[in-house]
Amino acid sequence: MNARRAWWKTALGVLFTALMLFPVYWMFNVSLTQTSDLRNSPPNWFPWAPTLEGYQAVFASQLPALGTSLLIGLGTVLLTVVVAAPAGYALALLNLRGRGTLNFILIVAQMIPGVVMAMGFYAIYVRLGLLNSVGGLIIADSTIAIPFAVLLYTAFMAGIPKELLQAAKVDGAGAWRTFVSVVLPVSRNSTITVALFAFLWAWSDFIFASTLSRNGDLIPITLSIYQYIGNNTTQWNAIMATAVVASIPAAVLLILAQRYVAAGVTAGSVKD
Amino acid sequence: MTTTLAAATARRDGTAGAGGSTPPAPAPRSRRRGPRGSQWAAIGFAAPLLAYLAFFYAFPLWRNIELSVHDYTIRAFVQGEADFVGLQNYAQIFGSPLFGQALANTAFFTLVSIAVQFSIGLALAVFFRGAFRLSGFLRALFLVPWLLPLIVSASTWAWMLNSENGIVNSLIRAFGGTQINWLTSPETALLAVTIANIWLGIPFNLVILYSGLQNIPEEVYEAASLDGAGPWRQFWSITFPLLRPVSAITLLLGLVYTLKVVDVIWIMTTGGPGTTTTTLAIWSYREAFGTGQPDFSPAAAVGNLLIVIALVFGLLYLQLQRRQENR
Repeated sequence: MNARRAWWKTALGVLFTALMLFPVYWMFNVSLTQTSDLRNSPPNWFPWAPTLEGYQAVFASQLPALGTSLLIGLGTVLLTVVVAAPAGYALALLNLRGRGTLNFILIVAQMIPGVVMAMGFYAIYVRLGLLNSVGGLIIADSTIAIPFAVLLYTAFMAGIPKELLQAAKVDGAGAWRTFVSVVLPVSRNSTITVALFAFLWAWSDFIFASTLSRNGDLIPITLSIYQYIGNNTTQWNAIMATAVVASIPAAVLLILAQRYVAAGVTAGSVKD
Repeated sequence: MTTTLAAATARRDGTAGAGGSTPPAPAPRSRRRGPRGSQWAAIGFAAPLLAYLAFFYAFPLWRNIELSVHDYTIRAFVQGEADFVGLQNYAQIFGSPLFGQALANTAFFTLVSIAVQFSIGLALAVFFRGAFRLSGFLRALFLVPWLLPLIVSASTWAWMLNSENGIVNSLIRAFGGTQINWLTSPETALLAVTIANIWLGIPFNLVILYSGLQNIPEEVYEAASLDGAGPWRQFWSITFPLLRPVSAITLLLGLVYTLKVVDVIWIMTTGGPGTTTTTLAIWSYREAFGTGQPDFSPAAAVGNLLIVIALVFGLLYLQLQRRQENR
């Protein structure tokens, strides 16, 4: 009886998942549809005569934008880890005074609307000449990830066994040596989780891209898709093909890194 | 909405972090190095973060307040001198006919989004609670909408809801209905962007509520089962009450994160037709960046108002979380 019940639940689960993922399927479907079939009524449910013309358009015009996004994503990851890992160490293991307040600030920082940050950055960048620059976008994008990263590192590092740190101390390691040779290697999984999300958020960012990098030569893929839609609303197969390509990091994250995501989420759940 | 994952983790980290906010335990004092020595090291390691927060959080926020009490035009921006106007920008936005509409749109968008996301998320969490074949895999697939760049999901929804060629209208026509101009008619545009946003938010609710469910001991359900309680009864007498703290946190966080949504709405409708999908966040974005003539001062005023609203709910959330810890 149990087995039959489980089978029935699996079938229902597949149905729910299919419904939920229908828009994703639709994106694929449209990306492979021939331009002449785009306006069929009813639309083609399946790309019976698939075409790669949409993808050809992507590779013809979107490669620089993909490269820019890659660069911004990697820069954001680097900045995030460099700022957040030592801070997590100070908060979790060095008894930084005022860490309660700092924790509070980090949580509140995540609640500030992106549009407000974008205006503040615009006002600053316009004077510094940082508008339309990759560096400027990296700094702005890292504001999405850094509070999260510090909180994640802190939660993980607080759980590092005290014996390990004691042993380093006995061997004569100072705070810096302990950090580099013990804490950082042990926190590898947290670093992977932080890096993955920092990259994904920077890659997906639209608000900062559309405000701080509007007129640049190097625009990230999100903004490129947006402008593409604005410029040619008829080529939806090409738009959807770009969208598919822009989704690749998310897919990679889901397939390769699921256990790191889980590790990151459970890292903080000591108290649960 | 991507930041919602930060929320999910931050909630948990916040739990651990806030737990550490009690005064330092006596243990470090017995270490060989005096507390003062290690305090300098601590400050050294935190220095990059402190500098970062000062330059890239506090400074932009300060600039934003400054924008809102001056009369900034693009020229004033470049030349650096703008007239101080006090609270005039705030008076202007409160007096604007758009204010009431933006507030109502924000309320509708936010409340309907989180209510429906939460209900569907909870139903799915309960469904996935008992492990069955493929359940882990399917649950992972449910994360997809959460991980996709918003431009991707928003433009896909825009095409699906397209009046003439969208799949949604095609289905409606197939069942004998009449075409709905989802994104171009003032009556349905807000509903349409809300539907897309609900879809985006389901994974977040599912993940948090599912992890909340894992903390309810299986024995409680077994006991209820022995007492003859059916699934429906079990849900209302066990799941729902025991999940209440987690639910409250999910709803409040959802609220804070939905209030600041710009991308979904802007990509699908740019706040239109007219101003029918203009929320506070969209209003601010449009004034500053959405038109040919940027008007930063009122935009900053709306933005600051949005911060205040978000912080009210945010602090409520923190308070709730703290109370739960002390239990």
